[in-house]
Amino acid sequence: MLNKKHWVLLASAGAITLTGAANAATLEDTIQRGAVQCGVSDGLPGFSAPDGDGNWQGLDVDVCRAVAAAVLGDADAVNYISLNAVERFTALQSGEVDVLSRNTTWTTTRDTTLGLNFAGVNFYDGIGFMVSNDLGISGADELDGAAICIQSGTTTELNVADYFRANDMEFDPIVFDTSEQTVGGFQSGRCDVLTSDTSQLAALRIQLDDPSGAVILPDIISKEPLGPVVRQGDDTWFNIVKWSLFAMLNAEEYGVTSENVDDMTSSENPDIARLLGQDGNYGEGMGLEADWAYNIISQVGNYAESFERNVGMDSPLEIERGANALWNQGGFQYAPPIR
Amino acid sequence: MSVRPNTRPAGHKPPFWRDRAKRALVFQLLLTAAVAVFLFYIIGNVQDNLSARGITTGFGFLNNTAGFGIVQSLIDYSSQDTYGRTFVVGLMNTLLVGGLGVIAATLVGFIVGIARLSPNWLLARLATAYIETFRNIPLLLQIFFWYFAVLRTLPSARDSMAFGEVIFLNVRGLYLPEPLFESGFGLIPAAFIVAIIASIALMVWNKRRHEATGKRIPAGWISLALILGLPLLVTVATGVPITWDIPELRGFNFRGGFTVIPEFLALWLALSIYTAAFIAEIVRSGIQAISHGQTEAAQALSLPRNLVLRLVVIPQALRVIIPPLTSQYLNLIKNSSLATAIGYPDLVSVFAGTTLNQTGQAIEVIAMTMAVYLTISLLVSMFMNWFNARVALVER
Repeated sequence: MLNKKHWVLLASAGAITLTGAANAATLEDTIQRGAVQCGVSDGLPGFSAPDGDGNWQGLDVDVCRAVAAAVLGDADAVNYISLNAVERFTALQSGEVDVLSRNTTWTTTRDTTLGLNFAGVNFYDGIGFMVSNDLGISGADELDGAAICIQSGTTTELNVADYFRANDMEFDPIVFDTSEQTVGGFQSGRCDVLTSDTSQLAALRIQLDDPSGAVILPDIISKEPLGPVVRQGDDTWFNIVKWSLFAMLNAEEYGVTSENVDDMTSSENPDIARLLGQDGNYGEGMGLEADWAYNIISQVGNYAESFERNVGMDSPLEIERGANALWNQGGFQYAPPIR
Repeated sequence: MSVRPNTRPAGHKPPFWRDRAKRALVFQLLLTAAVAVFLFYIIGNVQDNLSARGITTGFGFLNNTAGFGIVQSLIDYSSQDTYGRTFVVGLMNTLLVGGLGVIAATLVGFIVGIARLSPNWLLARLATAYIETFRNIPLLLQIFFWYFAVLRTLPSARDSMAFGEVIFLNVRGLYLPEPLFESGFGLIPAAFIVAIIASIALMVWNKRRHEATGKRIPAGWISLALILGLPLLVTVATGVPITWDIPELRGFNFRGGFTVIPEFLALWLALSIYTAAFIAEIVRSGIQAISHGQTEAAQALSLPRNLVLRLVVIPQALRVIIPPLTSQYLNLIKNSSLATAIGYPDLVSVFAGTTLNQTGQAIEVIAMTMAVYLTISLLVSMFMNWFNARVALVER
């Protein structure tokens, strides 16, 4: 007798292709291939978007570059695969990408039921609302009855519904596949409000025909910790991605930058000596060389450099560090020590 | 009946591989076994891989709270309902646009198809132009045209186009007054049903009388008057137990009344107009398949043109028209899954889009979605085959 579970599987013979990726040796595969398979967004300035020359740039892209620098010694050895919100987890599960670094919110469901692991948080975000200036709205509590453009397959869809229900307000969700379509809907007046993570709103706002005509409301209605994701079952690879991110955070904390990293190799500070592989080999447990963190910092930079270059004050987005400052500067970013 | 003598001696039965029927049975059993082994392998393989990766499987997620909103729902739905209910909401939205699309495409298709054969030069050329234009532009582009080029350029809610201060059209959609039914309303649908039954009886009686005596009354018009008139009469007699909820601009949007969202309008228009072009060609070819001698013979009996069409040509043409018409209906329903491109909340957009992504149960969700389209298509085919058998010429 076939049970319920069998019927599911019977109906999905197509999933046989899953077998191709049943492989725990991501590190060996990556070294053999000579490149990291990195899943990024379909174009979100500041986080992952190709620049004028077609090179991918952004805070999320830098995570993949850091992993490539640590594993292969070359931050440019990355194959970028552009994924929309709906495709992203399947691409990672099936082995099409090895790291998903695509402004993805860490939630229980995603961490525990999809066969995935979140390797840390590279941006603390929250959902906000963008409205047109001429509506004269100053707070999210005035949005009762609004039509809201949302991107499909995001936690935003859930959190906005929660917020409106909790505040006993109504809204019409207008759900599109890509972020460009949501911007189009907002600009044409199909919806009054464009909602997304506030960092994304900043990026989308500068894409509007008239950015000054729209305003981002001050209310943040949810927690959206964004971070890189890997498959479950390959702890070595999980550790590599996790510690690549931690290395960038620790480098900022110890004042090591891409510019001074060569001078710092002779530093007397034991923390820095361990980070840069001058005192012991802390990459060994991950199957990496002693200079793994040195490569990350010299080629990608520390977290502060990456942040300012991509989303901070040196970028068009001009997002303040805020919650993303280091723990000792009033933010949440805290990396375990290297020792 | 005589007993046929057994020609072979009992002890000399041929070996089973010489017996064609038994040989066939063996091969069929082998094939069945091979298919079963293959399926068993696939099932075990998928199961092993999913559990090895810690991916949750099963249909338990259907009972979990969905937590997201859907802009258009034919049944009561809130974000507190389950994923299972999002499936029903999506399915009903698919059936709504598919059903209304089939009706509109059939009406337009028949009119254009007949117009193309019209002796009126202008009418025939207009029909040809319509068919050649809409048949040769990809459907997705047509959906984008209606959505982005036509409906997106409508004025904002505050500058709506108003029709008699009760109907409003703007970029958010079409706002219509909604009838609210009061007590005593139940009589009106009852009158409607009575009128339909009476009309059918009238038709049957008229046909029998026509066959027996050659006399007949205009039963079609009488039925129409009955079906429209009787409910209207009851409405007036019961003191009009309907009030209208008229849409009104409050805050951001129109509130009250009945809203047709632009995503629905765009998808419905595009699907209907596109499929109607194909149906028109099917109707034209069906009519042309009837030998011209039939028309001439009917005209020789001095039947007027509309009766020639209705009594001689169309009954025979339907035989040719219905089978390809079925494919067009199936195409239309399946094409409605393009809804996801403009954000109409159909099954693919809501269930195989948002629900899939929120739960991550890709295999289950896609399997259910495919099963739905398969079921709808098979049901439509079954109905059309039955209908075809009904209207097919009974050869005597």
